[in-house]
Amino acid sequence: MQSLTDRKKVVSKKEMTFMEKLYLPAIIGGMWITFKHLFRKNNTVKYPEETREFAPVYRGQHVLKRDEEGRENCTACGLCAVACPAEAITMVAAERVKGEENLYREEKYAEKYEINMLRCIFCGLCEEACPKEAIFLTDRIVPSNFERDEFVYGKDRLVEQLNDRIDITKRQHTGKRSKI
Amino acid sequence: METSELIEKLILIVTLFAVTLGIAAYATYFERKVAAWFQDRIGPDRAGPFGILQPLADGGKLFFKEDFVPEAAEKWLFILGPGIAMFTALMTGSVIPWSTNLTLFGQDIALQVADVNIGILFIMGFLSIGVYGIMIGGWASNNKYSLFSAVRASSQMISYELAMGICVIVVVMMTGSLGLREIVDAQHGMNWNVFYQPVAFIVFFICALAETNRAPFDLPECESELIGGYHTEYGSMKMGFYLFAEYVSLFISSAVISTLFFGGYNFPGMDNFEGNTLAILGVVAMFTKTFIFVFIFMWIRWTLPRFRFDQLMHLGWKSLIPISLINLLITGLVIAFNEGWFK
Repeated sequence: MQSLTDRKKVVSKKEMTFMEKLYLPAIIGGMWITFKHLFRKNNTVKYPEETREFAPVYRGQHVLKRDEEGRENCTACGLCAVACPAEAITMVAAERVKGEENLYREEKYAEKYEINMLRCIFCGLCEEACPKEAIFLTDRIVPSNFERDEFVYGKDRLVEQLNDRIDITKRQHTGKRSKI
Repeated sequence: METSELIEKLILIVTLFAVTLGIAAYATYFERKVAAWFQDRIGPDRAGPFGILQPLADGGKLFFKEDFVPEAAEKWLFILGPGIAMFTALMTGSVIPWSTNLTLFGQDIALQVADVNIGILFIMGFLSIGVYGIMIGGWASNNKYSLFSAVRASSQMISYELAMGICVIVVVMMTGSLGLREIVDAQHGMNWNVFYQPVAFIVFFICALAETNRAPFDLPECESELIGGYHTEYGSMKMGFYLFAEYVSLFISSAVISTLFFGGYNFPGMDNFEGNTLAILGVVAMFTKTFIFVFIFMWIRWTLPRFRFDQLMHLGWKSLIPISLINLLITGLVIAFNEGWFK
């Protein structure tokens, strides 16, 4: 019967010729291929000394950003926690009191902010959900650890240090937050 | 036996033992390096410069692992298995002549532990006892996979030993002696057996691959089907012994191949030297050939995939044995013709 598509392949089970049955020419051919690989440049990245260059949009460990004056952007709105498909984010909101204006950007802030790095799937939906440009994923790798508790990152490890700002300019494409 | 001869042999034995173990240890390192080079990687390079302390690190790791005997295992045989494997692998080295005689302190020292006049039979015998280590270990583990592996190893050994033996007979027929020293001396200079017996060499080489359980014939230890093989239940240094014995027999097999077919310690232009210089150059030649074969063994391992078991049996019984038999017949006819039997 004529086939409707031309995708069908005719399978042939042809007898091997004598030279093919000897196997030796094919084996020598294979060995020649591996021999050529002896002189190839190796592809190894010696990890702790060298690191592979990450893509600009690599999604690694999160950072909670501060603004230009060093105030925390996060207002504890909870949208990141709602967006998170792995339910890795929890937070406790608090009200800013007088005298804290240099610490927090708006009247409400996150008193506690925790990401469980074992739950997190690094999808980046928190970053997308954030209306305040507070949370970003960076090109840092979450280090391994012996204790499970150590993978729950609090504000001490998430908020960027004032003297050690984390560069996320390559990801800052949303333009949600107006300039001050 | 005189005391001086006893001491001489003792020193020779200890040296050979140390050298064999050292080479086997570094063969593990070299194997990983060669694998890495063939796969465009670097290989072990952390322990010491270029990773040359890697074998020590591996050995140390195996020593500190828990020495475990499964409850259902046959305890004595379980312990005996790796011992047999290691013992037989090391024993074969004793009859291989490493070079011509060395003259030290007015004594003629043969660089060969034992010049047995049936040297090659001795090697064949011990190589085949080697499979008992695998069989006993695999059976004593009381594990289905280990048993399967042991069965495979023994059936593989039976099918390949025949062809291997016939190839050895061809060499013995050409030399007229079973002693390895005579076989090597008959290949003086560049008069190597491989030029007269290329078919026997190829068959012997294939059988040597099967005999040492190396790829493409490493069916007794295929990870995908047998979760490791006969050493599935082994740990610690008992496991180390099995792995180590494999590399010792790799080294010894390479030495046997270079002895039988590539002239052993003979090298072209050896008539220009004599005495100790010749002996030392002979050792260098012998080890160069051996190391080249060790490399080829590794090269094949990292090139070819594993055979299926029926293919292995097919190759052994239906191809290699007929080929070696025909080769034996032709060699016999040629020798008889040269001796003038047909006149």
